[in-house]
Amino acid sequence: MSDPLPKHGGGGRFVRLAEIKRPTLRLLIDGAPATALEGDTLLVALLTHGRRVRASEFGDGTRAGFCLMGACQDCWVWDEAGRRLRACSTVVTEGMHVRTTPPASLWPVTPEVAARERGEVST
Amino acid sequence: MTPRVVVVGAGPAGVRAAQALVEAGVRPIVIDEGRRDGGQIYRRQPEGFTRTHATLYGSEAAKAQALHRDFDALRTQIDYRPETLAWNVTAGQLHTVHASSGETAALDFDALIVCAGATDRLMPVAGWNLAGCYSLGAAQIALKAQACAIGSRVVFMGSGPLLYLVAAQYLKAGATVEAVLDTSPAVPTLTALRGLLHRPHLLLRGLALMASLRLGGVKLMHAVAPLRIDGTPDGGASSVVVRDARGAERAFACDAVGLGWHLRAETQLADLARCEFAFEPLSRQWLPRIDDCGRSSTSGVYLAGDGARILGADGAEAAGRLAALAALHDLNHARGRSLFASEQTALTRTLATMNGFREGLARAFRWPHEHAAALPNDAVVCRCEAVTAGELRRSVFELGSQEVNRAKAFSRVGMGRCQGRYCGHAAAEIVAAAASVPVEGVGRLRSQAPVKPLLMSAQEDE
Amino acid sequence: MSDAVQRSDVLIVGGGLMGTTTALFLRRHHGLSVTLLERELIGRQASGTNFGNVRRQGRDLAQIPLANRARAVWSRVRELLGDDLEFVPYGHLRVCYTEQQAATLEQHVRDVQPLGLDLQMFSADALRKRWGIFSDEVVAGSLSPLDGHANPRLAGPAFGRAAQRAGAHIHEHSEVAHIERVGAEFVAHTVDGRQYRAAQLLVTTGAWSARFAQAFGEPVPLDARGPQMGVTEPLPYAIGPSIGVSTPIEEEGLYFRQIARGNIVFGGGLKGPALADAIRAYVKPDNTLRQLRELRRFVPAFANVQLIRVWSGIEGYTGDWVPVLGPSARVPGLHYAFGFNGEGFAIGPGVGEVMAELMATGHTSTPIAAFSIGRFARSLQDQPLTT
Repeated sequence: MSDPLPKHGGGGRFVRLAEIKRPTLRLLIDGAPATALEGDTLLVALLTHGRRVRASEFGDGTRAGFCLMGACQDCWVWDEAGRRLRACSTVVTEGMHVRTTPPASLWPVTPEVAARERGEVST
Repeated sequence: MTPRVVVVGAGPAGVRAAQALVEAGVRPIVIDEGRRDGGQIYRRQPEGFTRTHATLYGSEAAKAQALHRDFDALRTQIDYRPETLAWNVTAGQLHTVHASSGETAALDFDALIVCAGATDRLMPVAGWNLAGCYSLGAAQIALKAQACAIGSRVVFMGSGPLLYLVAAQYLKAGATVEAVLDTSPAVPTLTALRGLLHRPHLLLRGLALMASLRLGGVKLMHAVAPLRIDGTPDGGASSVVVRDARGAERAFACDAVGLGWHLRAETQLADLARCEFAFEPLSRQWLPRIDDCGRSSTSGVYLAGDGARILGADGAEAAGRLAALAALHDLNHARGRSLFASEQTALTRTLATMNGFREGLARAFRWPHEHAAALPNDAVVCRCEAVTAGELRRSVFELGSQEVNRAKAFSRVGMGRCQGRYCGHAAAEIVAAAASVPVEGVGRLRSQAPVKPLLMSAQEDE
Repeated sequence: MSDAVQRSDVLIVGGGLMGTTTALFLRRHHGLSVTLLERELIGRQASGTNFGNVRRQGRDLAQIPLANRARAVWSRVRELLGDDLEFVPYGHLRVCYTEQQAATLEQHVRDVQPLGLDLQMFSADALRKRWGIFSDEVVAGSLSPLDGHANPRLAGPAFGRAAQRAGAHIHEHSEVAHIERVGAEFVAHTVDGRQYRAAQLLVTTGAWSARFAQAFGEPVPLDARGPQMGVTEPLPYAIGPSIGVSTPIEEEGLYFRQIARGNIVFGGGLKGPALADAIRAYVKPDNTLRQLRELRRFVPAFANVQLIRVWSGIEGYTGDWVPVLGPSARVPGLHYAFGFNGEGFAIGPGVGEVMAELMATGHTSTPIAAFSIGRFARSLQDQPLTT
């Protein structure tokens, strides 16, 4: 199971240029408290809090969204219950729990695969 | 009997199509994937934001305002379904799903008007899979819809009018723009200029944008060849490296890159509706066949806006209206026929002018297809699956594919979540170059349902 | 391409898995010269669009010897082809929703044991301990531990390239217009005027085979149907065996497998429209939505997964659920291998070995009499004429 994203020093990737007098919302990102502004998309919340949205499944590093218009499908994250959320098209709501790695409940490794990975022969 | 008309999309084309239908006395269903109408170019900021239309849309403020106001006025006369994805289409039926509830519907139609719009057209650059790389459209959406810049030091690279527009918007909004790197030459050819002169005010506006960037101290370069985007897998992009017009290697430090080479039509629904496509040599892409009123080769299916031909917002408005009226004409709707008869000539003439400008743009800001063939083997082509140019070439050299769907089956390019939207054009160029066949000979990635990923909690329509 | 007539010992018409495996083994095991003619691209049709199950469990008992032979080849594909075809031998698991069906699974365990296939039954509790993904509706399961799955898009082309390296003449974009018997030879004419001759002919044209069988006086009832397939986004790798629901109710019969990259391929339920003449097949949206419902029903975790692509293909169904395999009942030197009813992928390598053996030596050690094309002539004789 992957660890949650480590906090990258230096704050977020996106830079707010205007519209900063909006009410603050609180949310949890990988269990850590964060804030966003009312009207932010989840992607903006993630990228003002930190510098990435998720890690690529294929080992080429972190991802931080790409198209921001729901076409590239590179910004899918999860809520605590394992529901899929497309960060660029999801609006932040107060108290949201967002996960940048799949929760264990989403697609648990079966005991059989775990045993095989431990080198135990399954009969 | 009132014809059943469904419009997909609530950008300029979809809104004007809906408006025409309502004027004719028809109540269409309007399917919109977005939360609010406006599409991409006239994307509305969330409620509670305070910037004016002028700030958001600049010279297009009046048009944006008119579009939004007109759609608001239509709301009670249409069946508007926001946050709804049209995920499939069969004969006479559109299949939709609501994004949050997962409820599906099969909508019977007598006419379907697809105004699906466009995405940026991307040419892969080694390193474009690093965090911090975005499309030009994304950079614009971050600003327009969320009042953010994609980074604190941004490099924009690509070609096309959007390159200059977004960079100028960023500058004006107070972001730091390190450089604007255009792969096209500084001076367009005479043929290109002739095309651009179909809409001289737009040409002038483009020049004004370039001037504002220079005045703002932004480094502007033309005729660059992208070499790579440097950075780390963890930290993301940190530098854009190009070869300049004189052949020297130049690097620009940054923490965000906006990339784009004009636009690419969203044609998945047209493909699923079994519309015929034809290769257009000018823009080197496959486009659905349409007549001058937007009729596709499939009876009952009409295509309008950037999802059929990249004519821009003004063209989309005209095309949306014309397609809607053509649909009603074809359905023998009395009021529709009368409107169509009185407006067809003027609308088709407008579209012809727009198309002349489109051709000028395609020549002035050409798709640098040769960059695909020049990609190093370790450059990622398919961002979704991290498939490299080398793996794609292997599918040609070692596994014998000479066609892009075959190359997809062997290499997995185009099998990711974006379904080939961002890699498809470059993949075709790479396969064609490796197989030594012309690019139209390798075909195009065939669309397969769902049009976008479908959550498997989607419920059957009971 | 010269106008000269190409002559070989064996002519194979149809470049799917059956044709390419036969071509390979004719070269490797028997040294006969082979020409294979494929209308479009090798392995593009049913061979490339199927689910990818490599299973012996659940097959008609008459096919088990052939399936066992095929399974032995699957173990060696990497050394044979230089490509492992993504074959993984992590088992095939069938689960069921009723005790009645569990009894059917248990009977099958007893039936296949003497044929060399050892299966294991699992209670709901035992399934939970070993896999833990099934809903409460699942009451029992049966595992074939050495079965598995592979990538069908790679298989046909890989066998084709191996056959070519071994000296077979493989011609793509070579649609056969008609085949005639001239003396003791077969002559195939392509639509663009080429001719190919051989003493022996193998028809492996899948759903399109009825035309050739008919031309040789052996009509076969053959229906084209489209499998309804789908694939999800990549997920953490969690599930080894290919897994299916065993049920008499067609729309419940879903199956899925997880590939190493993490995506889940699924299929099953009702078939869709396959238009053999137009070479097009479609997935019906209502089939897809029903599949999602049935997938969630047996593995609830699917509710939070995304479907990213569907596809179909053109499979040949013989009406009696038995393939057509073996020599012609009328024409010496003519052989058939088609009509595998949507379950040919697993036994393809075995079919190739058997057909190569048959054509090279005149007999095969694997029982295939039950698959003879002659059965249709016999049944036609038994039936009154209808208009």
